[in-house]
Amino acid sequence: MDNGLLVLGLIPLVGALFVAILGATNASDETAKRTAFGISLIELVVTIVICAKFHATGQVFQSTTSVKWISQFGVHFSLGADGIALVLIALTSVLTPVVLLASWHDASGGRRSVATFFALVLSLQALLVGVFSATDVFLFYVFFEAMLIPMYFLIGSYGGPQRQYAAVKFLLYSLFGGLLMLAAVIGLYVVARNQGHATFDFATLTTLHISKTTQDWLFLGFATAFAVKAPLVPFHTWLPDAGAEAPTGGAVLLVGVLDKVGTFGFLRYCIPLFPDASKTFAPWILGLAVAGILYGALVAIGQRDMKRLVSYTSVAHFGFIALGIFAMTSQGGAGAVLYMVNHGLATGALFLAVGIIVGRTGNRDVNAYGGLAKVAPLLAGAFFISGLASLALPGTNSFVSEFLTLLGTFTRYRIASILATVGIILAALYVLWAYQRVAQGPVRGLSEKVKDLSTREVWVMAPVLALVVVLGVYPKPLLDVITPSVNRTLQQVHRTDPAPTASAGDVGAPASLPDYAPGTSPFLPGGDGRTPHLDVAIGAFK
Amino acid sequence: MYTHATGAFHATWLLVALPLVGAAISLIGGKRLDKVGHIVGTAAALASFVVAVVLFFSLKSKAGIGRQQDDHLFSWVPVNGFKVDASLLLDQLSSVFTLLITGVGSLIHIYSIGYMEHDAGRRRFFGYLNLFLASMLLLVLADGYLLLYVGWEGVGLASYLLIAFWYDRPSAATAAKKAFIMNRVGDVGLSLAIMMMFATLGTTSFSGVFGAAAHLNHAQVTGIGLLLLLGACGKSGQFPLQTWLPDAMEGPTPVSALIHAATMVTAGVYLIARSSPIFDLSQDARTGVTLVGCITLLYGCLCGTSYDDIKKVLAYSTVSQIGYMFLAVGLGPAGYAIGIMHLLAHGFFKAGLFLGAGSVMHGMGDRVDMRTYGGLAKVMPYTYVTFLLGYLAIIGFPGLSGFFTKDKIIEASFDKGGTSGYIYGIAALLGAGLTAFYMTRLMCMTFWGKRRWEPTDHPHDPPKSMVGPMVLLAFGSVFAGGLFVLGGSLQHWLEPVVGKSVEEGAHTISPGVLTALTLVVVAGGVGSAWLYFGRRSIPRLAPVAVSPFTFAARRALLADALNETVIATPGTWLMRAATWADSRGIDHAVNGIAAGVGGLSGRLRRVQTGFVRSYALSIVGGTALTLLLLLVIRAG
Repeated sequence: MDNGLLVLGLIPLVGALFVAILGATNASDETAKRTAFGISLIELVVTIVICAKFHATGQVFQSTTSVKWISQFGVHFSLGADGIALVLIALTSVLTPVVLLASWHDASGGRRSVATFFALVLSLQALLVGVFSATDVFLFYVFFEAMLIPMYFLIGSYGGPQRQYAAVKFLLYSLFGGLLMLAAVIGLYVVARNQGHATFDFATLTTLHISKTTQDWLFLGFATAFAVKAPLVPFHTWLPDAGAEAPTGGAVLLVGVLDKVGTFGFLRYCIPLFPDASKTFAPWILGLAVAGILYGALVAIGQRDMKRLVSYTSVAHFGFIALGIFAMTSQGGAGAVLYMVNHGLATGALFLAVGIIVGRTGNRDVNAYGGLAKVAPLLAGAFFISGLASLALPGTNSFVSEFLTLLGTFTRYRIASILATVGIILAALYVLWAYQRVAQGPVRGLSEKVKDLSTREVWVMAPVLALVVVLGVYPKPLLDVITPSVNRTLQQVHRTDPAPTASAGDVGAPASLPDYAPGTSPFLPGGDGRTPHLDVAIGAFK
Repeated sequence: MYTHATGAFHATWLLVALPLVGAAISLIGGKRLDKVGHIVGTAAALASFVVAVVLFFSLKSKAGIGRQQDDHLFSWVPVNGFKVDASLLLDQLSSVFTLLITGVGSLIHIYSIGYMEHDAGRRRFFGYLNLFLASMLLLVLADGYLLLYVGWEGVGLASYLLIAFWYDRPSAATAAKKAFIMNRVGDVGLSLAIMMMFATLGTTSFSGVFGAAAHLNHAQVTGIGLLLLLGACGKSGQFPLQTWLPDAMEGPTPVSALIHAATMVTAGVYLIARSSPIFDLSQDARTGVTLVGCITLLYGCLCGTSYDDIKKVLAYSTVSQIGYMFLAVGLGPAGYAIGIMHLLAHGFFKAGLFLGAGSVMHGMGDRVDMRTYGGLAKVMPYTYVTFLLGYLAIIGFPGLSGFFTKDKIIEASFDKGGTSGYIYGIAALLGAGLTAFYMTRLMCMTFWGKRRWEPTDHPHDPPKSMVGPMVLLAFGSVFAGGLFVLGGSLQHWLEPVVGKSVEEGAHTISPGVLTALTLVVVAGGVGSAWLYFGRRSIPRLAPVAVSPFTFAARRALLADALNETVIATPGTWLMRAATWADSRGIDHAVNGIAAGVGGLSGRLRRVQTGFVRSYALSIVGGTALTLLLLLVIRAG
């Protein structure tokens, strides 16, 4: 119990209050901005210290805090990070200073003060630390709902022309999901209490034996909330509006980090708490994931609004992440978690680049531009490299994670993986076509007015793009932290990776590939017919 | 399975690192380096060539397994059973490729100094070329499929950047995008092949996969082979993914020479030869490769007969020649080494031909229409002679490179035996005649015959820095084939990697007769082209009333039209439908539900801050309700 995460949560929270007070007094906007930026850098340093102290093979949850909160219901204020939470907290700490620096001039036209914007971002960061590190399900729910508030204000007060519509839509969708989760949280408590554990403690709750029907209902409560948040098709239609109307910095945090709470929740809460239900619903969610990959990409190709386009690419990317999680293999799971981090960086960079372009002219229509590479080569270059990361080019970070999710899925759900792999063609199309329309061809339209990156903007883009490349070449430090946590999660649900199907004993065996017996669903576990021990395992759970 | 690299072989990574650093300096350095970018780039290429030569001779001095040096760099993607290292394998096959890539690559860097002299983007050009070299070297040096895939898409990126080098031309930007996307179609195949290897064998490294491949059943090994073939078709511009390659000629001509003729587009051949332990196990997969090769080699020849754009003709020639290589490597152990030999010889003569074409364009105001050339032999003597040698090499004139290597392919095709052997052999023979036809047509329209220039043209040979590489490549065109084939030297060198080529078997047709037959066919091609184009005058405008064949051949035998109808148009409709459905359908449905339930939708747009207060209230209320519920549950 070294309270590391508590400190990590308090720094931005106290910082947010301080910046808000600065805003209320006569301090200049510049002072408020610098203060907020400084705080985010301190937060980054503390995060690095906590990461350095983390032992991947040590205790499940580290840097913990636990105090009784509402003792009548066994609610604890308890924090702790496993490898999965740690990398997402690190992502938050990396992106926050980037977002603050990127938003330097973005808040002045808003409906609230500049200082308020910076305070909101810091408070959002504090709540994100909380949501990732909560080890009490009730506390998680509180953070899950509370983090909507600063994001609501960021969109509604500093966003584009349709900001009110987008902000309220975002809020209502999340509220709807949150209510279902609340019901499930209460239901879970009832079950636990009936089994003599009147607690919300995550670790204790994973040891319960819950009947299959109850599991199914509770799973659906949690999963719907997460499917709205991460958005899976068809729960996604709030995202393009929110992503397009949010100020650039808000969009980066929304799509880069906040939405990851959904995929994080699938892996952290749905699977370990409701293992049998997870197996039942896995094929359905894989179906939604594949649909999201293909449908999200197709719709992204069809967009003319650059920010909506990036939002739809994220729908496709969340499909890959959900695919990796519900394949329930270690490669799929580790790839999914790594993708959560990588997507935050890659799509964050893409939102930043697009945001800078749009910020220059106020026009989000791709067809209003042309030949940007000639006028603003650095900006076009940043846009291009971010795009390459988005289409998961090998050498960029996204490739490693995308390939791992596909590979991890292939070993168990072959058809799902094959269909998802087709998504890489569509990804190339939406990125390169957008780049062609905006940056290539003769200089025309609004491009003429676009200035190249300023020094500040270079400092915004460069660290993110550097990480995109570094993590593509050397992802091992992250994987070393992620894999043990994913392994633990899969052990909790008794899932082992399928063994290689061709072994020495197989020589001369009859052809078994492609071997989908007519009528069996490729999405069903064990439907590939070559992993009988899994069927037995599943049978045991039924 | 491989020797752990020691001594000089620890420096293998320099091969990749040197051009990579060159690229980084040129591209990140920005405008400050405009004056030195080309020097940095060329120096990096030459340095990499020196390393390649040193390593090649070090390798040659070793024996047996010592000729397969595995240089482990770091652990790349470790997740439980899936362990992929960044390791470079320098063996007989990859070392030959490093020589080709850095050798031809360096020559083309030198040539480009002059060719791109007046281009404002020269530094960027050399940065991209360096990036290409690094990726291509990584592709051939990777010791496993996943790392190969990094080089594989890396060269795709470099190719994209260089095709779109003049990105302000919409046609160049479109061609680059097309190339990347068609390559991605192939990459789906390569990705799935890698996944299947892991699912069946638990590994994706060469040593792991090849060592255990015998445990795969027939369907598995055929599946992997055909998926690899799909990847190879994308990268190498083979049927049915061939249409991007001719469009790629939008890039500067040195790019066409290096990437779209000599090296990158032959990566598919490398992939299949490298995967020989897999293809050896499946006749079906090999049949797939040979069929693709046959179809493409004839397709390329037929298209090549009808274009007036000199670069397009050479591009279809490349498509066709790579078809020959696919045919060869698809023949299995009999053909792997022969395919690689033709690849290397082709690397020299086709690069030389492209540089010659670039030199012609340089002198003719960057026009590519051969109908406006004619009679250039006298005014561009160096270009003419080097081009002529390349021409003789590609049509298989006795003694020159193409003669040795293509002859071997025709021979091996017939020797396969059976009906299929005859089909392959006749296709290859027919291709040789057609190649002679379209190349002679090109010579007639460009160097021979009457002058059909613009009044403003003053064609002349390029400066020495450009002539030099052309001369060296012409030497290669003349001697490389003989060097490889005579005494079976290259075949023996490659034997440990691709297996022993079976030559001692019974010949379907005796080699002497076959060579004579080939020469007759080639002479027929040359002669008929001479009758059609050499003796008659060539109209400056392409005739409009032409046979249906010419009509189709001028349009790539309608391949683009087919893609347009079968894939692009339905795809566009699907995309539009999805986009429409998403904004009208799903979103409206959700908003509609909201409206139905609480009449919220209409109010949404009007709510102002008051709503947020009520939300804050609802959170407080919700929490209170929760606590109340919990209390009730506890009490109950």
